[in-house]
Amino acid sequence: MSNHNAAAAAAFAKLQEEAQKDWDRLREKPLILIGAATCGRAAGALNLLEEVKNELAELKLDANVLEVGCMGHCYAEPIMVIYNEGFPAICYGYVTEGVGARIVRDYLTEGDPGIEFALAALEPNDMFPTFADFPRGIHENKIVLEQCGFIDPQNIDHYIATGGYVALTRALDMTSQEIVTTIKESGLRGRGGAGFPTGIKWQTCLDAPGTTKYVICNADEGDPGAFMDRTILESNPHLMIEGLAIAARAVGATKGYVYIRAEYPLAVERVALAIEQARSKGLLGDNILGSDYSFDIEIFQGSGAFVCGEESALIASMEGEPGIPRHRPPFPAQSGLWGRPTVINNVKSLSYVPHIIKNGAAWFTGIGSEKNPGTAIFALAGKVVNTGLAEVPMSTTLNELINDVGSGIAGGKKFKAVQIGGPSGGCLPESAMDTPIDFDSLTRAGAMMGSGGMVVLDEDDCMVEIARFFLDFTQQESCGKCTFCRLGTKHMLDILERITKGQGKPEDIDTLTQLAAKVKAGSLCSLGKTAPNPVLSTIKYFRDEYEAHINEGRCPSKMCKDLIAYYILPEKCERSCDACVGSCPVEAIGDNEDRIKVIDQEKCVKCDSCMVACPPQYKAVVKLSPPHLVEEKDREYREGKQKWQKQ
Amino acid sequence: MNLTAEEKRIATETTRQLLSTYNDSRGNLIPVLQQVQNKLGYVPAVAMEEVAAHFNVPAVDVYGIITFYNQFRLTPPGKRQVKICMGTACHMRGAQIIQESWERRLNIKMGETTEDREYSLERVACVGCCTMAPVVLINEEVHGKITPTRVDGLIFSHQLDKQKEKEGAARDE
Repeated sequence: MSNHNAAAAAAFAKLQEEAQKDWDRLREKPLILIGAATCGRAAGALNLLEEVKNELAELKLDANVLEVGCMGHCYAEPIMVIYNEGFPAICYGYVTEGVGARIVRDYLTEGDPGIEFALAALEPNDMFPTFADFPRGIHENKIVLEQCGFIDPQNIDHYIATGGYVALTRALDMTSQEIVTTIKESGLRGRGGAGFPTGIKWQTCLDAPGTTKYVICNADEGDPGAFMDRTILESNPHLMIEGLAIAARAVGATKGYVYIRAEYPLAVERVALAIEQARSKGLLGDNILGSDYSFDIEIFQGSGAFVCGEESALIASMEGEPGIPRHRPPFPAQSGLWGRPTVINNVKSLSYVPHIIKNGAAWFTGIGSEKNPGTAIFALAGKVVNTGLAEVPMSTTLNELINDVGSGIAGGKKFKAVQIGGPSGGCLPESAMDTPIDFDSLTRAGAMMGSGGMVVLDEDDCMVEIARFFLDFTQQESCGKCTFCRLGTKHMLDILERITKGQGKPEDIDTLTQLAAKVKAGSLCSLGKTAPNPVLSTIKYFRDEYEAHINEGRCPSKMCKDLIAYYILPEKCERSCDACVGSCPVEAIGDNEDRIKVIDQEKCVKCDSCMVACPPQYKAVVKLSPPHLVEEKDREYREGKQKWQKQ
Repeated sequence: MNLTAEEKRIATETTRQLLSTYNDSRGNLIPVLQQVQNKLGYVPAVAMEEVAAHFNVPAVDVYGIITFYNQFRLTPPGKRQVKICMGTACHMRGAQIIQESWERRLNIKMGETTEDREYSLERVACVGCCTMAPVVLINEEVHGKITPTRVDGLIFSHQLDKQKEKEGAARDE
């Protein structure tokens, strides 16, 4: 160990000591954590925060209240955790208005922890199960998400007190090659989607000639349905910053950028604050911790272009150009930002780095499978019961993830498919549920890991419509450079739109397949190369749905608006109830001569309101496909009535 | 949308002021445009010309950038910017229906601003709140689990707020 780095270790020990004091002080009083990442806020976490603070003030109680990030249990938000002397720490879910104040009051004044509102305890105890006792907890193995929801993202001391920046301090003692070798040995594959080995990327950049090099954190999470990068940045921004600093040390860069989506204002705010705090503690900037190593980070905000998630397009946009990808090689690791060697890594990839440096490569390869070490972070959304973020070892199966971690399909519906990897991915049906989730097996099954977005679909979701949705997305987001991507996707979208309107032709499926092959072959970057995936995978697994649309003008899932009609079943309609009438935004529902509600099909805008409004004990509103079934139903009703009157 | 002379003057002055803090390196181009939009809510033609002159590039290049990126607006937004999330989860949970509800209620189409500049409608790709789908942002505030009736409710509560403001202002006078 060289002398100045010994000094760095001493400087860091002092930071740790201060942070530990700050951390210990928290627990001197009851401690209340409230999850207030964007997802929590949408569920009303800020109101909860205010409610709890008011209640404490009113009762003149002394407690620490912290605004933390997201624990991943988004389905139960708003979420609150209370640490109180004498009881195990308890996590409460679904803390709606009034409940938060009540729990705080009962617990802190009368010692009643309000078990009926608890999701789980955080430490093993004799009274209440912990998260590890549920199927979800058994599969989960939190590495990157470990501190999310338990520390204040706006307080660097919390991160340091829970083991943060130890890896960076250690990296100061390592040579660049030692760091790169450790990452190579760990087998870490880029979590941005393609799974390229991170160590090889770093080695290429380290070996590239030149003294000015850059590192960039790609936080342009544009996949619709993915939100893990947002959660990490909002809940624990220092983890990514530490990872980026280690990456810089490994390749010899002194300047780093965080390229972050403008659609994530809270993440931008938190990362900016975290950089500021790290700088003030001497963990960023000139001579980090008094060592010979200097590195600083700047934020660059994206401007809302999906294609900028692609490395070379991202660089183009940082250089003040439209984000249009260019041909590779040379790879950015050889010639990137302003022509200098540049490493670009995803938020998640960088978030693993501090853990690998701290625990060693062998620890990392011990998790997951041989070619896919480590964990994978998934954003579970759609029709699954427990939506949220889950971190599981690579090679967990789809079945385990959806049925154990996600607790299956909501509302007693039937599972239909799972859409993985955003617009680049595909839809996998029930028969693929035993597929282990890793880069290679998903590609073989016709989907893609992508960044880890996972949208679960049930029987009410139309597969043609979802293919159309993704094509619409990629077609709009195509930068237009490659003709096949620009025009091919447009042509495919037109066909899909016709099909969802019931105007499909029998030859459409073949045309789509042929176009898909050509768009794949004729596009430069992954946006075009993967754009046809949703179409191909839905044709492969759900061809019958395409055929029903084309041949019968029928949408089997009753989703495509042009192919359905809303209808009120006369035998189920409760005549005195006006729920549907009140809910209709266009006054399309009225009484017939029997005081049964009837929908005026001309006026109906198919907004679903009446179906939602109809009380569950009646369930009188149904969707019919094809729409002409309404006339048949009407005829049946009139004929039945005549028969009844004759008798 | 026609701008008043006053609006043009403010746009030019704001842009010039912003540009004075940036050098002419091309990497500053997009951050400057973002700043202009932050201040004005949109990037008018006069601002583009100022920016082009500062960075010594043809105005059409600046226009090319503005139109390439989704985030930039060419017209003033409404006081309440309604952004409808069109991510996968939102789409599967009826974002289209929500979009139509807003369009019907406000009597404008996506990308437009109401005559009184009270509301504007935009679509965003995904705000990462998939668990709360369908999601609508009003300015920076996220609203989850939106239904057509919630749309009515939101508009109604805005009207109430406005009324209260007016009454408050009247009382102060």
